[in-house]
Amino acid sequence: QSLRRTDTGLSESPFISVEAVMLEMQDPKTGVKSQPQKLVITTIPHAITGEDVVTWLANRYTIEAEEAWALGTMLVAFGYIYPLQDHKRLVIKPDTALYRFQTPYFWPAQQWPVEDTDYAIYLAKRNIRKKGVLEMHEQEQYNGLHKWMNHKWDFIVMQAKEQYRAGKERKKPDRAVFDCQERAYWVVHRPPPGTVSAMDYGLERMVDPNAEEVTGQSFVCVCVFSLFSSLVKYSVTCNKHDPFLAPCLPSNPWVTDDVTYWLLNMANVDVPTKMRVERWTFSFGELLSDPRGRDDFRLFLKKEFSGENLAFWEACEDLKWGTAATMNEKAQQVYKTFLARGAPRWINIDGKTMEVTVKGLKHPHRYVLDAAQTHIFMLMKKDSYGRYLKSPVFKDTQKRAIGPDQHRFRSANARKRRPSISPIIVRQQEKEERARMATSGPVDITQVMSKLSNKGKEPSCVYNITVLSCLINPIFF
Amino acid sequence: MCDQTFLAITFGPCDSCSENRPLMNLYIKTEPINYCSLCMEIMACQGLASGETLKSLKAESETLRKKLEEERKKLHDVELEKVAEKAEALGELNMKTRRTLKGHGNKVLCMDWCKDKRRIVSSSQDGKVIVWDAFTTNKEHAVTMPTTWVMACAYAPSGCAIACGGLDNKCSVYPLSLDKDENLAAKKKSVAMHTNYLSGCTFTNSDMQILTSSGDGTSALWDVESGQLLQSFHGHSADVLTLDLAPSETGNTFVSGGSDKKANVWDLRSGQNVQSFDTHDSDINCVKYYPSGDAFASASDDSTCRLFDLRADREVSIYSKDSIMFGAASVDFSLSGRLLFAGYNDYTINVWDVLKGTRVAILFGHENRVSSLRVSPDGTAFCSGSWDNTLRVRQEGRGVGRELKQGGTTLYG
Repeated sequence: QSLRRTDTGLSESPFISVEAVMLEMQDPKTGVKSQPQKLVITTIPHAITGEDVVTWLANRYTIEAEEAWALGTMLVAFGYIYPLQDHKRLVIKPDTALYRFQTPYFWPAQQWPVEDTDYAIYLAKRNIRKKGVLEMHEQEQYNGLHKWMNHKWDFIVMQAKEQYRAGKERKKPDRAVFDCQERAYWVVHRPPPGTVSAMDYGLERMVDPNAEEVTGQSFVCVCVFSLFSSLVKYSVTCNKHDPFLAPCLPSNPWVTDDVTYWLLNMANVDVPTKMRVERWTFSFGELLSDPRGRDDFRLFLKKEFSGENLAFWEACEDLKWGTAATMNEKAQQVYKTFLARGAPRWINIDGKTMEVTVKGLKHPHRYVLDAAQTHIFMLMKKDSYGRYLKSPVFKDTQKRAIGPDQHRFRSANARKRRPSISPIIVRQQEKEERARMATSGPVDITQVMSKLSNKGKEPSCVYNITVLSCLINPIFF
Repeated sequence: MCDQTFLAITFGPCDSCSENRPLMNLYIKTEPINYCSLCMEIMACQGLASGETLKSLKAESETLRKKLEEERKKLHDVELEKVAEKAEALGELNMKTRRTLKGHGNKVLCMDWCKDKRRIVSSSQDGKVIVWDAFTTNKEHAVTMPTTWVMACAYAPSGCAIACGGLDNKCSVYPLSLDKDENLAAKKKSVAMHTNYLSGCTFTNSDMQILTSSGDGTSALWDVESGQLLQSFHGHSADVLTLDLAPSETGNTFVSGGSDKKANVWDLRSGQNVQSFDTHDSDINCVKYYPSGDAFASASDDSTCRLFDLRADREVSIYSKDSIMFGAASVDFSLSGRLLFAGYNDYTINVWDVLKGTRVAILFGHENRVSSLRVSPDGTAFCSGSWDNTLRVRQEGRGVGRELKQGGTTLYG
């Protein structure tokens, strides 16, 4: 048994807060000031102006006028406040336009869905009162309802007549008010076509009240201070690299329409920027996840004759995230290349890990290399990474890194915006380059990569070609 | 038909601290050990110098643990805001809409960035999925889905394919083509099959695997090439509305949020629900990892956004204001994780200071609900999609570019 709920963006808590605000606003002493207003021939009691509503909200929540206006419009859109003039436009006008608080009877509620039957009765009632008064879209709705509710049309007409009669028994001003309220309610729940409606909801969502909840085990938290410190530290460290908090050098492409920033930071440029190199020093993860950084690290490892560690790690990643069909084959290839006795790129892992891994490889699955991969990752992180940061390879890259000045731009120019090379073409080019590499023998991979990136002279997407390159011919490294 | 499940002790008592935590299976010398990530970090930083035995390491980490416990007792009531006091205050944030993408005929429900930092894929209620070069605002590809309410779409890491789905209960992958006349639907691959609507999808680290979330209460990992179900994740007691994959350096997990008000963290390998957070008062519409992977944020119909720390296993911050009464639909972090952008059902976008818990800015412009919001891969801008049929790309906008005063001279005006 399950319940289907509609998502109106108003589940329990917002209902409570909005309704609370509505009560506050109607407080005779501290609420929005209201007075009777003459409208056409009748006098409407307790009318309020749009500007008073906006001012009240701005004071109550200590927010700026624009936000107060947006909030006020929400209250009108949901039908808590309705306009007396221009009643079909559900916005708050921050001027002397007149509004009234909707009676709680007509407040939006999730408990009962807005019935078509009620709408049919309402339209029928208006028809009885004065023929030809329905708008075009209302007439269309009415005809539609008449057709599919035909079996209970007598009931609907009877209800409409009763309501009309009961209304006539009220005092004229009360009747005028009620009519306004009712009309406002239906503008909210059956809006004219082409208007934005706050009642527009997403798909129905299901909640199973009887479902057994499966929860992860809860466990005692450990020193929270150090954990929070690390969250803070991460943010603070990356602060200057955040384009929302510090300027992009030379400029942010979205602001100036100049794409130099993207060109300088392409996946495999020959010379990276100073900021980019700095990020590599934040953590080993940062270094690995940047293809240019990884290439630099790869070059360093090659000089130390320990390139097989990175190659192995990449092969593990490829196994984990690769296509299922070739998984077995890949696993076997990894075994032959890195783990077997006398393998060409044998990795140095401890006996127990090796034992477990080799055993697992008899029935390989995507995570069969997990233990070995973790071991190698930790090895590189604790050992190679530190030495890399002190190495001539890194220091050279650091020295050569460019630090562009912030550019003077006179103005953004939409005409400067050029299309960029499609990722599809980039991938094609990379494929062709790899094919050529395969036939031409060992080559310095960083040279090839920078050639590729300079070819397009335009921003290319980050495609992890380094992984594929290493797998195509591991002997290169 | 599932891939063989990886049988590993991924959860349980840590061999070092004895707490029940997600475990990493390690081997030290000849002994297999299961350490929680914290103990592993401590041990790794200590280094395995020769002469050290497992016993001495254990003793050392035990001392450290005791020290941390003491610190914890001292700072029992510490909150993120207190720790963040030393962080610099943010300056004023002015945002401007830099691009408006018009072309959808109906509500925009979802969007995703391409890794090239400028292309975007967006999907709409009327079944249309459009690929844009947001920088030039040109439409590059368009697909008409055989379904309405395409609630999920994603760009492949290679930039050469997109995935999308919705009321058809499926997730389909469309390889993109340079040929303008080619009907992309011809090469479409049906990958995921759920028993209710598709609410979210994302590629993993390659074009070959997709992770999906569905109104049927489950999430699942699929092989794109064969459509094979690799792993399924059960545990939500209502529609799963959103998911996000952890940054790859931090492991093999993802977080999902549902109509059951819960945010669950899952291990991709075993399918297990390793952590659960249930402090929200209503449906969780969106979850996103903090850039370091140690925390995640959520947006809910209860009008709040929250931050949850994964290692502390608790909610650490609530981003709310009494003037914000309507549901939050989508969130994303800026590159440093300092800013949290959140789109709401009241048509606004609020920008929060993640560390200090305060609101930094409120942005207007959309004329209907903001349904999705993502920061670009290099953090240079963010894009919001709305039920007003448009997408807007925003960045800082105080005139052209940002002023930089050096030695008393304004570098440019």
